[in-house]
Amino acid sequence: MSEDFEPKIIAFCCQYCAYSAADMAGSMRLQYPSNVEIILIPCTGRFDVILALKAFEAGADGVYVAGCLEGNCHFLDGNIRAKKRVAYLQKQIEQVGLEPGRLAMYNLSASQGPRFAEIVNEFSATIIHLGPSPMKKKLAA
Amino acid sequence: MIIAERKPIDEIKGFVEGKTKVLLVGCRGCVTVCNAGGTKEVGILASLLRLDAQKEGRDLTVDEFTLERQCDPEYVDELAELVEKKYDAILSMACSVGPQFLSRRYPKEKFYPSLNTCFIGGALAHGIWAEHCQACGNCIIHKFGGMCPITRCSKSLMNGPCGGSSEGVCEISKEVECIWHLITTKVMEEDRLEDFAPIQPIKDWSTSRDGGPRKIVREELVK
Amino acid sequence: MTREIKTNSNLEKVLASGAFAVTGELGPPRHCSAHEVEEKAKFLVGNVDSVNITDNQTAVVRMSSLAAGLLSQKAGLEANMQAVCRDRNRIALQSDLLGAAALGINNLLCLSGDHQKFGDHPQSKNVFDLDSINLIQMVKLMRDDGRLLSGQELPPEGRPKLFIGAAFNPFADPEDYRVHRVAKKVEAGVDFLQSQCIYDMVRFRKFMAQAVDMGLTEKAYFLAGITPLKSLGMARYMKNNVPGIIVPDACIDRLKGVPKEKQSEEGDKMALEMVEELKNMKGIAGIHCMFIERERDVKSFLEQAKLLPRPKV
Repeated sequence: MSEDFEPKIIAFCCQYCAYSAADMAGSMRLQYPSNVEIILIPCTGRFDVILALKAFEAGADGVYVAGCLEGNCHFLDGNIRAKKRVAYLQKQIEQVGLEPGRLAMYNLSASQGPRFAEIVNEFSATIIHLGPSPMKKKLAA
Repeated sequence: MIIAERKPIDEIKGFVEGKTKVLLVGCRGCVTVCNAGGTKEVGILASLLRLDAQKEGRDLTVDEFTLERQCDPEYVDELAELVEKKYDAILSMACSVGPQFLSRRYPKEKFYPSLNTCFIGGALAHGIWAEHCQACGNCIIHKFGGMCPITRCSKSLMNGPCGGSSEGVCEISKEVECIWHLITTKVMEEDRLEDFAPIQPIKDWSTSRDGGPRKIVREELVK
Repeated sequence: MTREIKTNSNLEKVLASGAFAVTGELGPPRHCSAHEVEEKAKFLVGNVDSVNITDNQTAVVRMSSLAAGLLSQKAGLEANMQAVCRDRNRIALQSDLLGAAALGINNLLCLSGDHQKFGDHPQSKNVFDLDSINLIQMVKLMRDDGRLLSGQELPPEGRPKLFIGAAFNPFADPEDYRVHRVAKKVEAGVDFLQSQCIYDMVRFRKFMAQAVDMGLTEKAYFLAGITPLKSLGMARYMKNNVPGIIVPDACIDRLKGVPKEKQSEEGDKMALEMVEELKNMKGIAGIHCMFIERERDVKSFLEQAKLLPRPKV
């Protein structure tokens, strides 16, 4: 993989936690890679597998879903449902040759700005390690 | 309703191997309700197939369309225009009635079943389905406390429970409830053992699949 | 108790004479060597009144119960042919029963059969056209009414004179319903019943008291199933892995209390104590010895139980 690979990452963030945490990370001027595209969702319970699939089809190298800490979902169990969907989709994408690590689920609270930055760093590192999406390579070629 | 589930992706990949243009056809009937072959599942499978092709640099167009029902000629007709587009393969995401109806209506096309039709059942909870009927063609569940032993007893016993019933579960697996345990417990609780005493006679299976493929003709409805 | 003799079965005659009956069990081989059946039969000849020939037990393919039954009869035993509903529909069952009776089989044990999921062909399609109670009804119809299920009449000399047996299991659930299921078997026309292996005498006594109360033991002969525990390992296996068998902790503890090499002897001792009690239990007409792959030990066991020699009737 090339040194200058800048992964394209899509993050589906719950408005009650991860999205606010991202805001806080920004106002705290915490450093995190800029190649993350944050998509606001009302709850991770709104996350649907087709959203991640479309992202991968469009060339995303990684997708993650960030919701509230378990037990703290504003809608009771949206984050638990999202967790199961992510686990299901990991198995599905693996079967078409996409590493399951390109999809992840994280949990954090609105007050965890630093944790948000940490997650972005962590996930970006994983994706850089995996390299560009095998789908994208072929698209470019 | 009919409960189905999607075939393993590898098997479906086999159907589209070497093809460049395929159509996925969903059904808004049973398989939508059991989350196996509705618009949403068509979208997911189409996306997975496209990703698989992309990874290998193969050119593959996957079109998506969902019919109201695939088990009704009236709706199957609605596919006529799309079929004109000359697909290399058409994958039905209905129960197995779907691809059979599509094949009959469009004999020149190549159809594949993308689902495995599993059973007639219901949802015990969201995401959990269980078999409840075997379509024997002569329902007598009222004799069994409203439960069907033909379907839900592993041995279809008419006069159970057998000697393998233990702590409410079937001898074949601790995951399978013993329906005869439920039937007899209910009858005893209701103190109706006497109503229940008659031996269930030897069943006439001729109304079941054993009598050959079945057909119903309702003259008053036939045009 | 004296009852009308309906067949040529030796077992029936022994039971009708009021003697305490003893039946054995012989599992046909998983191949076609007649020799193996003959070898097993040797240990049983003269020691049992009749021997159950299992029908693809645990859904594992074996020599047919009819063929092995005939081989065992040639060797000097009286066969009690088992028939399960898992593998044959009413057409095949009736046909085989006619054939069995024509070839001299006198006893038929009607069973539903273990599910094939446990066996060596879990991919097979099962039949279960009838269940065991329906099978009893069908055999009785053929024998006593001289008719096939279709209504086709059988000439008087062409009616299968089979002594009809079935199994009963007081240890399966729901406990309170078990006796009612046996009542259905009796109503269907069963002549004798053999129980699942007994270890829990408390539950068995309770069950038999119910059966006596309901008058069932007046209508059919009840035989108690005996399988001595060979070891602590076997006891634990039966307790934890065999649905419908209860091995009480007291049995386990008793085996634990003796050194490993003495466990088999202790298991036999426990079974002998049980047999002593069963001899005097109201409604019990005999025992059914299931010495699985231990046929050679049947004789010494029965000697110790003072059940030999067998009555000549």
